[in-house]
Amino acid sequence: MTSMRSPMARARGLGSAKDGTTHWWAQRLSALALIPLVVWFVASMVAMTGADYVTVRAWIGSPLVAGLLILLIATVFYHAHLGLQVVVEDYVHHEATKFGAIIAIKALAIVLSLTGVLAVLSILFGA
Amino acid sequence: MSSRPLSPHLQVYRPQLTSALSILHRMTGVINALGTALLTWWLVAAAAGPAAFATVQGFLGSPVGYVLLAGWSLTVFYHLCNGIRHLFWDAGYGFELANVYRSGIAVLVVAALLTAGAWGAGLALL
Repeated sequence: MTSMRSPMARARGLGSAKDGTTHWWAQRLSALALIPLVVWFVASMVAMTGADYVTVRAWIGSPLVAGLLILLIATVFYHAHLGLQVVVEDYVHHEATKFGAIIAIKALAIVLSLTGVLAVLSILFGA
Repeated sequence: MSSRPLSPHLQVYRPQLTSALSILHRMTGVINALGTALLTWWLVAAAAGPAAFATVQGFLGSPVGYVLLAGWSLTVFYHLCNGIRHLFWDAGYGFELANVYRSGIAVLVVAALLTAGAWGAGLALL
């Protein structure tokens, strides 16, 4: 098959989006990591139905749970921001609005994930 | 530019299970992303103290909270199951049309069963 692309473009393998398969691959890897993390989290939430404040604090404050929660928060917000970015790129055709929306999504994901991680850490260290 | 027709022409398509599950994957992804705010609020409240935690637990235990949690658990389980279906496609498996329909129906059934099972187990603990 005749390629319509220049040899240099093919060698770089970056395509029209200029970042190759980076975004696609990151979305799949984070999805794979989220399978066990989400199953663990939902099962834990079900098991703790009706649990009181002290029980929940003790649960979050154990090193293993705190570590898994931080992994969950980081991966969830990373995966969510990658997905929301694609949704915006597909449906928002006004360049400035698209640019602003993607920046806002990234900023919100960073703020919410950082807040969640700090909340877990403050419980872990008994603040 | 704005008058140029966009592909695909959704309005001339007969609705199919395949396309419905595809757009549902994206919609549930967006809903799950919105739901993460609830996760952050819950963790921040647990870190802030008993009063803040009682507020968030009170909200989650209210009728509105139940509706949100029920909806969110269903969208999380659907996105999880259909996401696994997508990962199999990404690896090159399950593209035969009959299998695409079979896996699609399986995703709907398993997501519904997981949601019902999670609520059955959770409500039994109350």
